[in-house]
Amino acid sequence: MSARDNILARVRRGLGLPGDIAGFERPAVQEYIRKNPRGPRPTYHWSDHVARFQERSEKLGTSVDRVASLPEVPEAVARYLKEKALPQKGVVWHGLHALEWERAGLMLAARGAHADDLVGVTGAFCAIAETGTLMLLSGADSPAAVSLLPETHIAILDVQRIVSGMEEALALMKSEREALPRAVNFVSGPSRTADIEQTIVIGAHGPYRVHVVLYGSVYVQ
Amino acid sequence: MQLTSFYFKSNVRRKLIDPLLQRNMKRFGGRFVEARAAVMTEVDNLETIRVAAAAIRDRSLANLDSYLVAFEEQALARGSQVHWAETAQDVNRILIEIAQSNGVKKIVKSKSMVSEESGLNDAVEAVGIQAIETDLGEYILQLAHEPPSHIIAPAIHKSLEEVAALFSENHHTPRQTDIPALCREAREQLRPHFLSAEMGISGGNFLIAETGSVVIVTNEGNGRMVTTLPRIHVTITGIEKVLPTLNDFSTIVRLLTRSATGQSITNYVSMLTGPRQEGDLDGPGQSHIILVDSGRSRLLGTEMQEALRCIRCGACMNHCPVYQNIGGHAYGWVYPGPIGAVLTPSYVGLKNALDLPQASTLCGACQVVCPVKIPLPELMRVLREKSFEQGLRPWHERLFIRLWRGVANRPRLYALMTQVGVRVLSLLGGKKKLLHHLPGLDGWTDGRDMPAPQGKTFRELYRKRRS
Repeated sequence: MSARDNILARVRRGLGLPGDIAGFERPAVQEYIRKNPRGPRPTYHWSDHVARFQERSEKLGTSVDRVASLPEVPEAVARYLKEKALPQKGVVWHGLHALEWERAGLMLAARGAHADDLVGVTGAFCAIAETGTLMLLSGADSPAAVSLLPETHIAILDVQRIVSGMEEALALMKSEREALPRAVNFVSGPSRTADIEQTIVIGAHGPYRVHVVLYGSVYVQ
Repeated sequence: MQLTSFYFKSNVRRKLIDPLLQRNMKRFGGRFVEARAAVMTEVDNLETIRVAAAAIRDRSLANLDSYLVAFEEQALARGSQVHWAETAQDVNRILIEIAQSNGVKKIVKSKSMVSEESGLNDAVEAVGIQAIETDLGEYILQLAHEPPSHIIAPAIHKSLEEVAALFSENHHTPRQTDIPALCREAREQLRPHFLSAEMGISGGNFLIAETGSVVIVTNEGNGRMVTTLPRIHVTITGIEKVLPTLNDFSTIVRLLTRSATGQSITNYVSMLTGPRQEGDLDGPGQSHIILVDSGRSRLLGTEMQEALRCIRCGACMNHCPVYQNIGGHAYGWVYPGPIGAVLTPSYVGLKNALDLPQASTLCGACQVVCPVKIPLPELMRVLREKSFEQGLRPWHERLFIRLWRGVANRPRLYALMTQVGVRVLSLLGGKKKLLHHLPGLDGWTDGRDMPAPQGKTFRELYRKRRS
């Protein structure tokens, strides 16, 4: 018997189930996964997802800027970097490379992140209003380390893609993607630690700063 | 990890007179408690969600074999390699095999309590592989050669000065005086290791049967580093950590982070599914998942099964008056506090951790805050009963309980003895009505006086009132 069989046999014995290994995937289990019910959650008191997202983001230490349309994003990013006296160069997701970064005075390379990149510019699959959370999916055009290695992470987000909770974000992913990417990263503010004397320090191993630039407007039907 | 739970009582005695630990534990005090209380006000239907979270965990456990097989099927389909470890030794053996067959020289680790169970770091170092802890708390403890004393804040027992001295000595750098500077120093020390290690090891907060994903819930970013940068990622986690669906995770994470650190959500929640995909610019080329039993399956179908619901938030220890005073090391194994008092005897054997279930006043705070409603005081009581039944308690305690039972089963004798007893104790109490010493109960009176009875028994007073 393999370790796997031994463990499963012990589990089944403990649960008082018949001991044979074959045909033991209970239909109830498959049925539950297929139904995929959503659990209870706190009452959502807000109606404006964008305002809620912004409020919760700022509470986490994420700064939020808003522009009317995507072509205005590079200027907004340059403005932020200048304001914070940060370098005007870094790395960007491929999907955003076509924006006119150079005209805004920025030198952004479309590639995976290097250890010495100080600024990383990413998009986001969507965002969650409940907690002020960005949802990033890894992929060929969206390397995960761009939101991790640089000290400053700037995320570009279409305001129409702010959903209420994690369940809605996951449902949106399932509706638009065939399969999960290697990594789904929910990012809520800059990295932090409280491991020394329970004192919260912003900037542990990940970014010191997270800045979100929202673009577009929410259409009300 | 070296098991010292058998020596709980002498551990406690030492911890209670350790001035540095006592000062650090005083500081620990109520911070986690306050943070949790404040953030829970966001959850207007806390009890409804707790009931749902407990039901999700119970569903996982009641069908654990099926969910594990479902998880394995999905994980394999996504290119992960799934390994099964029956014992802690098996964990180390499997991990070393993976490392050696891939020429791994250096491992970076994010926090994995299961790897503490098996003493993984020592085992890999014995075969010449370097293992570096990267969670700040764990890193501090690795430098200090100490085990963690809390499951989510492992270095809670260390002060700023102690950390500063450790860093200065190990990094050969000037001594820092403030916490942000120490954090920066750790970041700069560890960054090169993230980039050069061939293998990253993480724990797994949850396994998702629906998708074959490992979910990790973190703050520092080191968890993302070790699962993104090295060419091999190994998850080490217990078989009980499986959840049916991502929606179930969404329900549970709302309570997990709030119960743990008092955050509405942690900085990072990462759902990791398989190795790097075609075209990906980063991510590990190999993804391994080690599913660990090591005593867990033995709890199924017993009164202890509910303990397997645990989602490792640490709220029970944060709220425990015993933990708050003695710290985590006294418990003598990986899991301290009330959950440790239940899990340790269950995993390593009651006779090896005899006094842990006694390390509680049964005040019930742990049960009240547990996000998955584990009846911790009840489970400790069950273990106490078992240790008595198995004849594991000291002879004088067993004798005392036998005598007491003999008397308590004879109401007249009981009444007579209590009548005599209260009068004697009342006399001994003197003018101040306080007893400084009780023969045979020194452990109780060493630290405080016992108020003497005021003269009559309850039965006498009751009879008088009725007449």
